[in-house]
Amino acid sequence: MSDILTAKPGSKLYLLGNEAVVRGALENGISVAATYPGTPSSEIGDVFMDVAKDAGMYFEFSTNEKVALEVAAAAAASGLRSFVWMKHVGMNVASDSFMSIAYTKIRAGMVVLSADDPTMWSSQNEQDSRWYARLGNAPVLEPSNPQEMKDLMKYAFEISEKSGLAVLMRTTTRISHMRGVVTVGEVHVGKKKGEFVKEPSRFLPMPAQAYAAHKRIIETLADLVHDADTSPWNKVYGKGGKLGIITSGPTFNYAMDVVNEYDLKADVLKLTFTYPFPEKLVLDFVKNHEAILVAEEVDPIMEKEIFAILGKNGVIGKIYGKLDGTMPMAYEYSTDILKAAISKALGITLPEKTAITSDLKLPVRPPVWCPGCPHRGMYYATRKAVENLGIGNVIYPTDIGCYSLSATPPYQMADYLLSMGSSIGLASGLAVATDQKIVGFIGDSTFFHAGIPPLVNAVHAAVKMVIVVLDNRITGMTGGQPNPGMPLNGMGEVAPEVSIEAVAKAIGVGFVKSVDPANLAAAQAVMEEALGFDGVAVVIARHPCVMIKSKEKSAKQKLVFTVNKATCDKCMLCVTRFACPAMFIGEDGVVAIDEALCNGCGVCVQICPQKAIGVRR
Amino acid sequence: MKTYNVYIAGVGGQGVVRTSIIIGLACFKKGVNVVMSEIHGMAQRGGSVPAEMKIGDAYSPIIEKGGADLLISFEPAESLRAMGKLSKDTVAVINTQPIIPVTVALGTSVYLDPKTYIDELRSKLKRVVVLDAESMAREAGNILSLNMVMLGASSATPGFPVEKEFLVAAMKENLPAKAIDANLRAFDMGFELAEKELQ
Repeated sequence: MSDILTAKPGSKLYLLGNEAVVRGALENGISVAATYPGTPSSEIGDVFMDVAKDAGMYFEFSTNEKVALEVAAAAAASGLRSFVWMKHVGMNVASDSFMSIAYTKIRAGMVVLSADDPTMWSSQNEQDSRWYARLGNAPVLEPSNPQEMKDLMKYAFEISEKSGLAVLMRTTTRISHMRGVVTVGEVHVGKKKGEFVKEPSRFLPMPAQAYAAHKRIIETLADLVHDADTSPWNKVYGKGGKLGIITSGPTFNYAMDVVNEYDLKADVLKLTFTYPFPEKLVLDFVKNHEAILVAEEVDPIMEKEIFAILGKNGVIGKIYGKLDGTMPMAYEYSTDILKAAISKALGITLPEKTAITSDLKLPVRPPVWCPGCPHRGMYYATRKAVENLGIGNVIYPTDIGCYSLSATPPYQMADYLLSMGSSIGLASGLAVATDQKIVGFIGDSTFFHAGIPPLVNAVHAAVKMVIVVLDNRITGMTGGQPNPGMPLNGMGEVAPEVSIEAVAKAIGVGFVKSVDPANLAAAQAVMEEALGFDGVAVVIARHPCVMIKSKEKSAKQKLVFTVNKATCDKCMLCVTRFACPAMFIGEDGVVAIDEALCNGCGVCVQICPQKAIGVRR
Repeated sequence: MKTYNVYIAGVGGQGVVRTSIIIGLACFKKGVNVVMSEIHGMAQRGGSVPAEMKIGDAYSPIIEKGGADLLISFEPAESLRAMGKLSKDTVAVINTQPIIPVTVALGTSVYLDPKTYIDELRSKLKRVVVLDAESMAREAGNILSLNMVMLGASSATPGFPVEKEFLVAAMKENLPAKAIDANLRAFDMGFELAEKELQ
């Protein structure tokens, strides 16, 4: 059983932020937890899946973030503490219901965690979730390390229960994926079941009720300003001096490391409870310093709050931040960036360490599909089918998941991407807007998440297009979580599988066929057939994700392939057209296979015109 | 107040994150404070994967420009990619076995003779330990224990702040039980080679 559940109160664990927050939930009587996996929040679900049953609570991987949020809201409305988390763009999906939560009044604590991804390590945009707090009237807490992620769960539930509002915990990649020492408290098992006591005036935000509710929300938020002002989580780390630094989340860490390293005379005001904004606390802090530096990732949200407070109170002072160009407007910060900003605000020069430099050019190393990834075979077969039929100018709308890696050479079969499920909606629109052939790609989990309504739309619009559902039997990019297409749920129990074929047929798709993309000839034949179909065609390419497979297979001996140097005629098709990362051109100019990287899928054997690739004996 | 900063470079799938977890856990077991930052998700798919950690009293694990005390690099070109974090005083432990990115065969980038990247670092850093960790791992009985060869070698470098007993305890918690013997052999081989090279 996981330490995260069993560790004794007062003991210490070495935890990822995303692990620590689970312990925080377990210590505070969590009853219901739900998510849709998304980096950098995914490990939270992995841990819950591991511990939920033993902890006597309920956890699910919901079909999408909106459903997850609704599951959590229903629990909170029924008197059970609930927790829902997602990556920042998941908030967009969840937002429709998120906006209405404040207009109801939940009966038990509800925490919504959004993991932002400054610098976009694994995301399509850099949106700042703190805007959602303003739109959705949710108090915001911003932790700075794994210990705080754990400890803030208690506080978050308390604020939520006091206000009847859901609390938004905003982390970033550098907090969710920070590992550190965490001292744990006592686990408190939550209630198993609640009761939904009917109260239409509370839970039905129809016009008359919503009209009254909005006024109540404004009053509740106004009351919470006092809580933020006096919160033990909003605290000055002081050394005295004329400079005050106002900061939150990961940026607090960078500021502290600079102030300590160079023993600077500056006060750091760490804001953790950042919405409603602690007006009096900040005003007093500004008044007590000659200059203020505001350091926050990503948008200048606190900074604008501060300008509003200064304006309201007729105070004039110098504010260094994003708006005067001191802090960068985009991307995550670092100790180096804070060092430069603090130096500027203090008007001093700090000693610089010299990093080595080199004029050597480094090879570009973009993320690629794993060796043995079934997507590579399906894209290869699709391209062959398109070439064989002599179709030009095919448009490939794509989706969120590993298949977006089809954008890079030699495939370049990703043309338009907006969000989860966008491949099918875009395909539908492109079919109306152009006369080009359209082949959209979407994954199994993404299909369930947001692919079904646009497929209904396409059928009803009677357009012509091919949608390939890459069913690798897992939610892959995020590390391998179950989805509704699998006979497994978040509790680790056997669960009913939802058939992609049956869904497509029920919607009225006229062409539904499945194929194993490890068989290139069969995959190509199905794609050629689908491209000739007059209507919406759905091809399901089904083959398990190699990351999951290699875990299962780890005990067994895997096949390793090798190139026969005598028969290879150096056509280079395998490296320039197929591009498996386990294959490379060796020093002798002949293609070689890296034994450590090869996963033994055997698809390269099928593409070699000289039959020069075989199993290593 | 001075922290010991470790930057670990490599390619997704090589065991960079696992290695950094083991070092961090070993520090934790010794009772030394440690903070660490990992990259998960899309960036892990065969791309460059950096992990960074500060051992001692730091708030953030992100290393300043030129601030790494130790570079553990699983791949020659990736070791040079880390240069912004390295100073002449950084100790580097580098695996010689390259992983050639697909962009090279496609002609969109060039991978020089792996030695070129290593020699470049040798000319700029005071101490560099170079080893063929892949062959050593194979010799130890499991090619997947490449990362433990690297860890063993790193732990032999001057100033490395955590002793073998803690590292072994952390390895036992983090590696499959059936592979532990090969991993311990790999660790020792790395350690011995680095000790010899450093003399």
